[in-house]
Amino acid sequence: MSSHAFRLSGSVLSALPSGALHWPEQGVLVVSDLHLGKSERIARRSGTLLPPYEVTETLSRLDADIATTAPRLVICLGDSFDDLEASELAEEHALWLARLMAGRRWVWIEGNHDPGPVALGGEHRADLMLGPLTFRHIALLGAEGEVSGHYHPKMRLAGQSRRCFLYDRARVILPAYGTYTGGLSSDDLAFSGLMLDGAMAILTGRKALPVPIPKDDAHG
Amino acid sequence: MRPLPPPFSDWFAARGWTVHPHQSDMLARAEAPALLLVAPTGGGKTLAGFLPTLLELAEDGRPGLHTLYISPLKALAADIRRNLTTPITEMALPIRVEDRTGDTSYTRRQRQRADPPHILLTTPESLALLLSYEDAPRIFAGLSRVIVDEIHALAESKRGDQLMLSLSRLSALCPGLRRVGLSATVEDPEAIARFLARHPDPCEILNADPGPDPDISMLSTETPPPWAGGGGRYAIPDILAEVRRHRTALIFHNTRAQAELFFRDLWLANEDGLPIGIHHGSLAREARERVEAAMVLGELRAVVCTGSLDLGIDWGDVDLVIQVGAPKNVKRLVQRIGRANHRYNAPSKASLVPANRWEVVECQAALDAVRDHDLDGDPRGRGPRDVLCQHILIRACSGPFDAEDLYREVTSAGPYAALSRAEFDACLEFCATGGYALRAYDRWQRLMQRNGLWTLRDPRATRDIRMNIGTITDAEMVKVRWQNRFGGAPLGEVEEAFASTLAPGDTFLIGGQIVRYVGLREMALEVTPAPGREPKIAVFSGTKFSTSTQLNDRILRHLTEPNWPGLPAHTASWLALQREVSRLPEPGRLLVETFPAEGRAHLCLYGFAGRAAQQTLGLLLTRRMEEEALNPLGFVATDYATLIWGLDPVPDVSPLLDRQALRDGLETWLKSNAVMKRTFRNVALVAGLIQRNHPGQRKSGRQATISSDILYDTLQRYDPGHLLLQITREEAMRGLVSFGRIETMLDRIGGRIDHLRLDRVTPFAAPLFLEHGKIAVEGAARDRLLEEAATRLMAEAGLA
Repeated sequence: MSSHAFRLSGSVLSALPSGALHWPEQGVLVVSDLHLGKSERIARRSGTLLPPYEVTETLSRLDADIATTAPRLVICLGDSFDDLEASELAEEHALWLARLMAGRRWVWIEGNHDPGPVALGGEHRADLMLGPLTFRHIALLGAEGEVSGHYHPKMRLAGQSRRCFLYDRARVILPAYGTYTGGLSSDDLAFSGLMLDGAMAILTGRKALPVPIPKDDAHG
Repeated sequence: MRPLPPPFSDWFAARGWTVHPHQSDMLARAEAPALLLVAPTGGGKTLAGFLPTLLELAEDGRPGLHTLYISPLKALAADIRRNLTTPITEMALPIRVEDRTGDTSYTRRQRQRADPPHILLTTPESLALLLSYEDAPRIFAGLSRVIVDEIHALAESKRGDQLMLSLSRLSALCPGLRRVGLSATVEDPEAIARFLARHPDPCEILNADPGPDPDISMLSTETPPPWAGGGGRYAIPDILAEVRRHRTALIFHNTRAQAELFFRDLWLANEDGLPIGIHHGSLAREARERVEAAMVLGELRAVVCTGSLDLGIDWGDVDLVIQVGAPKNVKRLVQRIGRANHRYNAPSKASLVPANRWEVVECQAALDAVRDHDLDGDPRGRGPRDVLCQHILIRACSGPFDAEDLYREVTSAGPYAALSRAEFDACLEFCATGGYALRAYDRWQRLMQRNGLWTLRDPRATRDIRMNIGTITDAEMVKVRWQNRFGGAPLGEVEEAFASTLAPGDTFLIGGQIVRYVGLREMALEVTPAPGREPKIAVFSGTKFSTSTQLNDRILRHLTEPNWPGLPAHTASWLALQREVSRLPEPGRLLVETFPAEGRAHLCLYGFAGRAAQQTLGLLLTRRMEEEALNPLGFVATDYATLIWGLDPVPDVSPLLDRQALRDGLETWLKSNAVMKRTFRNVALVAGLIQRNHPGQRKSGRQATISSDILYDTLQRYDPGHLLLQITREEAMRGLVSFGRIETMLDRIGGRIDHLRLDRVTPFAAPLFLEHGKIAVEGAARDRLLEEAATRLMAEAGLA
């Protein structure tokens, strides 16, 4: 199996190599920080014209993950759209998304980039509690059984930088799923305050690879 | 010859100077639309360039810009200003000279725009920025001459292409503008002349007296050079002896890492405590300036340096140049030698130190080439289109433009003379819409047409475009500085990729000191002194030049001689032994040896195609061997040969070298190749698809930065014909992939392959076993490396 299973608040979760999180027992698929419409927003704001294929690319991967896991519920953990204007997707992408949403529950968690409701159907929530787990965009200090996104964690190993999950006894932080997203190194100060001792990273790529997070004496 | 007018003749006479012939030639041809002066260093080249300006301004000192001087180095611009100020003050000429670089203060730059000096000294990038302003026509009104210094260096890079595009704009703004190029000795002055002149203007070439031939030889050393490796540290005692015998020596190295390692060992062996400094491009400006100042004052006996001292101000007292490691390129060697004895008509003295046995042969060939005045160089080819894209954006910043006019201007620049209208339109399209197969940005075009003229959709875009002007795209660097309790002073910078391999407590060399990495703070590596520790080696930008085609040809010819009286005995006997047990490579043929060693089958191919091409050949051949089920395991490449090892011997070499099959393999391999991704990043930066990271611009902007690798993969998948991928390919083929040189090699050998099947390793192949940079052949090598590292960490943490 190329995914990596781990336990959080008694539930068995599976980190997929694509950067999505699967909760087989509940039939839930979680993705974070899709940042759909990023290239359009950048074009609008700065005039830089990036290759306009990232929505297609991101949706293809989501499509594939939905096809393999057949979830009853899909949770997008926020920053699904790069901003509200970007949520007006091109017709083909809107139809594609509607096709993915059909026949299952779909929850859009609010992020800092896309705070308001969008006209694409599905539920819109600030957070979602499901059994022992809480789903929200930005991790809260002291939370238990929390699944969040926002930080776009990545890690460098053997000279390669990969997006990664970070997890400990209390929480898991998902990597950004969107194609056009950068990352924040797992040794960043933002994480050292959040993650407990013994935290692990799971690198994405061809295979989900668990790695212990090196003990961080740099920040003492 | 026209005599100099009184203030000038008096001034020359007062100093006991006579006008050099090339200086008066320059005066006589002052009206020529384009003029190239080729002169050795120390020949009064710069004064020759400025004399016509000084004379014209002495006669008619009306306000406004008269002459623009462009140099590749900021420091050179400042130095020239000081040098010009002396005659201007002493002759009381009514001439204002100012320099303008990235270091010039904001208020001063504003004032220069409002009230330009007579002579402005600047760099290609500062000029491009000036041209991006809407008031460019006013700033440059009346400009009469432009002087391009060290044009031979500029012509080798995109900086020169950008400069020539800027000059095409200047010529449009200032009809009658005269161009002057000042060049060191080059192999093909006509090419530089075509590069400089406004196409199709003629460009006359003036050759100054090249001066006496240099006094150059190979350093004979106590210990013979090692069989493989670089750095030349074996020669330190002999080099120190040379330093003691001379006033000031420059000790050139080919890479920064080698300079650092050499400097450290030199310092350990320097029992007399001779004052010796180190100078390279990764050191902090303060550190470099300290060394430069000490040089000027004559306080240093030697400086260990890299290409960072190839250009620049005259170090009057240098009387010896030592080149450590084979020079790879004769032209650069000659220019380096010129750094010694910057006095006209005195021979420069130089010494070559080969780093290993192969390099002894190469150094001998280089010495012969210098004596024969046989310079080398690869023709540069057409101006790259990413630079043109940037030029179009810069043009748009300065105001609306007509596409036809701009096309005409651009094709008047030498490097772009052959650009077709369709190619130009594709670049314009890229700037306007991104040029994607999918039309996505109709609403948000970057450039749009209004009343038939192209203009920026959003004028605020000028800020981003201006901030990203320039074509220097070094690897991302991270600053290194002392931790605050050690003063916090900057030490220099290292590549980001190197920095990311450091763990706290690791030690590395920088500026000749061993430092200990403490942590990352405000985007800088903080370090503390760590004397006495064995350093983890700093891998600075590892640009390894390939040996030039001409030099390799010379080596091949040299090998066919019956004996080698010019070579040291240890090397001559090595060649003789190779001839005895195998054979020597010959021009027009390809020697391939196969033999068993260390329990593996080996194949050694002496292509003499240069390191980059031999490396590409290694990748392509092992792919072909994989297909033929010959189980290759790995390879290593040098400038002369590729050594491949595997489980099965290769029965017949020629089918592996089938041109079409190699080409097909290249196509597949290139797409996912790291070299292509690195090249793409540079192209995307220059063309304006992505922006440089400006330190301090964002506090934690990492999440917002999209890696250029992702953009590359996306384009490769969805838009494989995109302009930037075309440019990337062109550039990689010329540069890092060097497939062109593989094809040249195939042409040269024309199927004449000498395949020798031997029962043991040969004298020539043996050193290759000791080479660094062995590459494992495994399709899934990257993933495997990662998995192994992850498993190891899990095991260490007791989690496996």
